[in-house]
Order: sequence, then structure tokens, then C-alpha cells
Amino acid sequence: MAADDYDVAVVGGGLVGVATAWGLAREGCRVVVLDEGDRAMRASRGNFALVWVQSKGLGLPEYAGWTIRSSNAWAGFAQTLKEETGLDVAFQRPGGFHLALSEKELEARANVLRRLHNQPGIVDYKTEILDRAQVAKMLPDIGSEVVGGSFCPLDGHVNSLRLFRTLHAAIKTRSVTYLPSHRVENITKEGGEFRLATEQGEIRAGKVALAAGNANMRLAPMVGLEAPMKPERGQIVVTERLRPFLNHPVVTLRQTDEGTVMIGDSKEESVDPAGLTIGVSATEAERAVRQFPLLANVNVVRTWSAIRVMTQDGFPIYDESETHPGAFTVCCHSGVTLAANHALTVAPMIARGALDKSLVAPFSARRFHVQAAG
Amino acid sequence: MYKRLDEAGTAVTITVDGRQIAARAGDTVAAALIAAGIAHCRTTPVSGAPRAPYCLMGVCFECLVTVDGIGSRQGCLVPVREGMAVETQVGKREAGR
Amino acid sequence: MTKASDLAPSYDLVVIGGGPAGLAAAALAARAGLATVLFDENPGVGGQIYRAIGFSPVKDRTILGEDYWAGAELAAEAKASGASIVTGATVWSLDPARLVGVSIAGQARLIQAGRVIIATGSLERPFPVSGWTLPGVMSAGGAQTALKAQGLVPSGRTVMAGGGPLLWLLAAQIMRAGGRLDAILDTMPRRNWLRALAHLPDFVLSPYFAKGLKLLREVRAKVRVIRTDRIEAVGGDRLREVVFTVGADERRMPADLLLLHQGVVPNVNLAIAAGVAHAWNERQLCFEPVLDGDFTSSVPGIAVAGDGAGIAGGTAAAERGRIAAIAAVRALRPAAAVPDLQTIRQRLQREEMGRAFLDWLNRPADSFRQPTGDTIVCRCEEVTARQVRDTADMGCEGPNQMKAFLRCGMGPCQGRLCGLTVTELIAAQRGTTPAEVGYYRLRPPVKPITLAELASLPIAEAERKAVER
Repeated sequence: MAADDYDVAVVGGGLVGVATAWGLAREGCRVVVLDEGDRAMRASRGNFALVWVQSKGLGLPEYAGWTIRSSNAWAGFAQTLKEETGLDVAFQRPGGFHLALSEKELEARANVLRRLHNQPGIVDYKTEILDRAQVAKMLPDIGSEVVGGSFCPLDGHVNSLRLFRTLHAAIKTRSVTYLPSHRVENITKEGGEFRLATEQGEIRAGKVALAAGNANMRLAPMVGLEAPMKPERGQIVVTERLRPFLNHPVVTLRQTDEGTVMIGDSKEESVDPAGLTIGVSATEAERAVRQFPLLANVNVVRTWSAIRVMTQDGFPIYDESETHPGAFTVCCHSGVTLAANHALTVAPMIARGALDKSLVAPFSARRFHVQAAG
Repeated sequence: MYKRLDEAGTAVTITVDGRQIAARAGDTVAAALIAAGIAHCRTTPVSGAPRAPYCLMGVCFECLVTVDGIGSRQGCLVPVREGMAVETQVGKREAGR
Repeated sequence: MTKASDLAPSYDLVVIGGGPAGLAAAALAARAGLATVLFDENPGVGGQIYRAIGFSPVKDRTILGEDYWAGAELAAEAKASGASIVTGATVWSLDPARLVGVSIAGQARLIQAGRVIIATGSLERPFPVSGWTLPGVMSAGGAQTALKAQGLVPSGRTVMAGGGPLLWLLAAQIMRAGGRLDAILDTMPRRNWLRALAHLPDFVLSPYFAKGLKLLREVRAKVRVIRTDRIEAVGGDRLREVVFTVGADERRMPADLLLLHQGVVPNVNLAIAAGVAHAWNERQLCFEPVLDGDFTSSVPGIAVAGDGAGIAGGTAAAERGRIAAIAAVRALRPAAAVPDLQTIRQRLQREEMGRAFLDWLNRPADSFRQPTGDTIVCRCEEVTARQVRDTADMGCEGPNQMKAFLRCGMGPCQGRLCGLTVTELIAAQRGTTPAEVGYYRLRPPVKPITLAELASLPIAEAERKAVER
């Protein structure tokens, strides 16, 4: 491979990486995606597929605005992907719920929203607390223990596995080179180009975008960046396909366009993606049946467990390197929600060679030092 | 498609979509359907294609039927019982049944 | 009828599967004093080979053959041994700490095992030909189950296709029972003889040689056998005809029933979900667990016996079960008396002697394992061979990414009928090996359970906190 064959090497073939790669290719860049193999720790295969707004931004109000930007761009993003690949990722934004199974849970929920809304500079995203009767109007199958919940009209969801496939199909259509089993071991910059050492030889590119999830922690320091992460395990219970019964996604329970019901949102401190805690699945199931008793006899056909990509404060990291110009990090937990931003906003910045500070300055990893000093 | 070697054995009557079917004690639901010459027992939740029991050993999940109101039962693992109501499972299962 | 609530919270030994391996293991262990429970999801024990033993309505012993009735002794031994034998019990989970998730009549329990012997046996190798999802197409094993357990024999226009010992045995059984069999389409490539021949001397000395020859002669005397390298099941809402090629000719045969079979492979789902290491067996073209001489797996305290340990047949399965059980007894009650291990090993060796010949001779052709075009690979999710091949071309190099992209293996059968096909297709398309490609990652539940059953399980405080935050 000649030295200048790629304008950008994207490290990571998950949702963040391929969304970024697709966006770069649309800007006319020659792009290579370096990915791990089939057994990679891959959050993109275990996510919950929400395009979610409510609750985002407590502690970093700019994150709320960034999330809404992506949520608003999502419909167009999905449409473009459909035109390019013929695949429908089933994006819908019917508004979504948090459900409370006790007054205590509802009060805690209301508190979070109050603190979120009281932050200076926060955009109003119209999340409201609803009582049981109000919830029941929109979710007629709720169980007797549901006392209420919060609702945000901007919340939505997609078929995230189809999104993953669609983005891979889209980068292929746009002639992006996809190299699986190319785990990046080392990155150096020599003579104006980046050299990425992989298990299958060296790849060279003018720029590098680190979109390797939790592995950014290892990679970022190689190019003068940092990505402090704290991975955690999440488990999801998946049912057989059912006829449609649920018109709105709930943060812990959603019905996919294919009919299956996904139940999830656990957090455990583990980095073993093969492991599974049955008691956690049981808790998820128990709450699901209390929320929607008609699910009691439905069959669980699968469980997933995956390691969340999580920065130490939970917010995204977008950075460009001062010591290694041309190196960027694109790192976040919400690879589905923010996919539109990564493809349509972040990728063009990387293509131009500079991040737009007016949009992403709050997401620099430098914030961790400020916090440490404070 | 199939015949019984021996018509002896205790007769058990079940209904399939409301129609009475003569089964035998020792039949599973799937075997009773096959013996009765019922061509398919479900349609798929993906394309709606008709399917019939395939492996009869609990592996393939082609013989999913509704038994006494409960959907997605593996017909090859459920023994018949007098008066049992079996229904063809059409496409996706309905939550709550 | 044992209920889930009747089970003890823990047992010395949990045996999963009541075929020959499980029955022999449970009998030996219980007799040596281990508190032993055997779970089987079927209405009765016997596994596939001794299906419905003790209950079969087939009274004429010549129909199923003496090898079948030998199962009665194993079942009786297990029953008399003091082991708890629980049928209608589906094991849906096993973790590396030997916690066993089991459901009986809609009630789930978690049972702690001192040792576990997985004896979940084999299942038929996927036979993905065009139209194999049509009503009227069944696996030969399915037809054999209907014969053993319910005394049902094919009576319409019936065609069998494929190869392997079970196919020929079933053909003989159908004919003896007065059933109808119009033709056997033999799909085993003639060139298999080249690899098999080297192992012929061993096979001649094995107990299978005489039996096999007799069986072949018996079937060929009564049924037309046609060699073919392409089969298609054709029909709209059900099978109407079987289309196949003979040399350059395409032939069509009207049929009501097509029985497919091209050998059996280990049923690996539970063992893989438990974290047991598996390896590709190139001769048998399947994944099998990596085991030591006592059939102990890579997970301490978990053994895999019977055909689940690698295909060797029913008699070998029982011996393997005994060896695994002796290891369990020695670990938990070293002073207990057990049968002589060397004698059992010698019997096992004799049983396994002809296996290489049978494997090479009955090795299915690539075209019947690696379909093309619109042939369905994943029956549950209706994923085609073309989709799998195209997605491999897109850069997808493993079954787990494939599953995420196409949903193959995500249906209720959890990959049992597509796993090997998907692995082989990826390997073929990407120019690598199945060993390199690997298999689906599997997690509990390996058989579906209801949300209510899952919800009923004990939950520790930390586990609840992981969800309720």
C-alpha cells in the first residue's frame, strides 16, 4: 500500500467508527477502517438502540444540546442511508418513557429532571412527569404497580443491529476500505503521516480518528491524547417476536420493528463480555413483568451481555491532538443516538482537519484535568 | 403422510383450531398433528411461510403451536391430554397469550 | 411427576440428558453413593437412540432391531440405581460455577451441582437444500422418533435423501414396519472411498462392519437407490415433488414426504454457553468440546459424555458416560467402589474402532453443507445463503458479526440448525477454515424460558442494584 493511499484511518469498526468513516467518505476522503475480529468486545452488538434525549446532560449541560442536535438530524440521516443502501434502519421518534414502579422511584426521577433543568445554559427538552392515568393513555398495557413516569417527545429508537449492518454496507458502497482483524498495536507519526502497526502489517494515513471505544484509553496516549474510560457490563434480555403492542420505547424496555422485546439497562463492574449474571437478567425480567404483565408468558429467546463504552464522567470525548496534528478522538457511550452527529457533523470537521470548537469544545478530555484540579 | 402401525392404544381427543382430532396416549402434540395429516402447524413471524414439525426432538422449533391458550409451545415436547385445545400459530405471537 | 419445587437445592452430580451416556453415568454415580439427578426434557428417557424405550407402541422387536431394545437395560439400571430421574425438565442454563437452571412444567429453579455431566448428545447436521423448510420435508431423525415413540410410519409417497448410518437404518425400519419408501437419494460422494479406504481394516474388525453390510443389503433389496449431487424440494405451501440430478439429467419425483439426513453432530449449545472450550473436527466437520481422557472439559467439574463429546454412537456413549461418572465419584467420594475403569476403556476403544472409516465414507459433500443462492440457511429468521455470502464479502469475518448483521442464529432454535452452515459459508467465502472462523457465542437461556420463569429466580441485593438505580 502506497504511503498516501488513505487520507484518514479510522480505528474501530463499531457504530462510532463506521458512522465517522461514512461521513468522511461523503466528504471525499479516502478512508480505511481498522477493526478487530469477530470476537472483539463490541458494544455495537449489544446496545439498546435508543435515540434518547431525556436525562442527557446532568453535569454537562452542553451535552443535552449536542444530543438534541443528533436526535433532530436522525430522520434525515436514516433517509440518506436508505437511499444509499436500500436498507431501512426503522428510525422512529414517537417519544419515550421512564416508568416508575413506586412513588419513591417517581420522586427520584422527578428530582433528576429538576436538577437537570435547573442547570444554567440547559436547553429545554420538554420532559414532563406524568401520573399513572396519563401514562396509561399512551401505554395501555402497563401493570398496576406503575405509578407514573417521565415522558420526552424527542425520544426515539432504531433497529441498531440493522443500523450497524447498514453503515457497513454504506461504507462499502462509498469504497471505504474495511480491514477486520487489524487490531492496532501502535501508532506513530513520521514525515507528516501516521503509521499504524497492526497484527497484519502497517497502514499509513494522513490523519487518524480514534473510534475504538474503550480501547481509546490505550490508543489515545500514542498520539498525545487521552481517553479516561471506565468500562462496565450491561445485560439485555430479548424475547421472541410478538405482534406490536408497545408504541413508545421505555428506557428499559422496547419493542423492535421486528417484534422482539428488548429488556435491559443493567450496570455491573465487569469487563468479561462472555459472562452473564442470571440474577441481573432475573431482575430485568421481574421489572418488565411488573411494568407490562402481559409479557409474563412470553419466551425469552436470548440474552446479550456487552461492555459499555463509558468515559469516566459518562460524556463524550471529541479531541484533536496538539502534539500529533491530524489525530482525533471520537469516543462516547451513545453511539446510536449520536450516530447522526458523528456522520454529519464530526466527520466533516475531521475531513477539514480541525474540530469546530463552538460545537465540541466542552467535550475535550481536558475537562478531566480541570475537575481533578478543582 | 403417516399411518399408525397399531391402532390400539388409549384414544385421546384433542382439538386443532376447533376441529376434533383423534390422538393416542403417548402422542406428543406434534406427533398427533402428523398422524392426523395436518399439513402445517404455524406460519413464520418473518415471511408468513407455512411450517410443519421438522426434527421432532426439541431442536428446530418448527412445531411451535398455541396449546390451551399459551403460544409458542414446542409441540414435540408436549404430551397430548384429553380435551387439549391446539391452535395453529399464525405469524408473530400475541403478547398475553 | 417431579415438580421443580421437589428438587433439592444441590446435588453431588447433575446429569443433563437421558440418552445412553446420561443413563449410564447416572446409574454408576448413584450406585457409588453420589446424590444424583438426571434431567431430560422429553416425556421419557432414552435419548434419540432409545427414544420412548419402555413406552414404544412398536411391539414387533424386529422392526426397530435388537440394538434399540438394548436400551431397556440401561434405563432399568438407571431407574434402580437410586438416581432421581426427572423427565419433562429443560435445562436452559449452566454456568462455570455449575449452577444449573432448569424448568419443569413452567417452573424454573437454580440447582447447585458438585459435578456436571453434559450428555445432551447429538443433533442432525443441517441439510440446507432449496425448499427444506416446506411442510412435508422432515429430518430422518424426526421420522424415526415418530416411529419409535408413536408407531408412525410413512404411508404416502416418500423419498429419503442424504447418507450416513441412521438413514439406512431408518430405511430398513420403515420397510420392516410395512411403511412406504419410494426411493433413496444417496448424496454421499463416491470419492469419499479414497479417504475411507485406509481405515477399512479397522472397520472390518469393528462390530459395525457386519451389521452395516447386512443393513445395506436389506435396504437395497427393497428400495431404489439413486446417486445424486443436487436435490431440491419443490412446492408452494407444501412439498409437491423432489427435483434432483443424475449425471446431466434433471429428474422430478412427486412426493408427499422428503426425509433428509446427512449425519449427526454434537449438540454443543449448553456446553458452549457454560464456557467449555470447543475445537473444529475436520473429519467429522463439526465443533466438539475439548476434553481429557475422563471427558472432563476445560471448565473444572463439567464433563461432556456421549455423542456430545464427538460422534461415536450409542454404545460408545454409554461407556463414555461411565468413565465421566467414575471421575465424578473419584472427585467427590474417593473411597467409593466403582467398576474397573480399564475394562470400560477397552470396551470404548473397541466401539470407536470403525469410526474413522464411517466418518470419511459418510462425509457430506461441500455442496450440501455450503448452499448458494436463495436457499434458506437460518430457518428461524429466514436468512439465505446469498445474504450470508454477500455479507462475508462485505468484510464480515465471523458468525457473531454475521448474527448481528443478518439475525441468523437469533431465532428460538438459537443457531442449532444454522450454526455450522454459517461458519462454513463464511470460511468458504473468505478463503479460511471453520476452525479460524469459530462458532456463535451462546448465552443462557439455551432453550427459551418465559419472562415469568426468569423473574421468579432468586435475586441477590447486588444484582437488583445493578438494574434498579
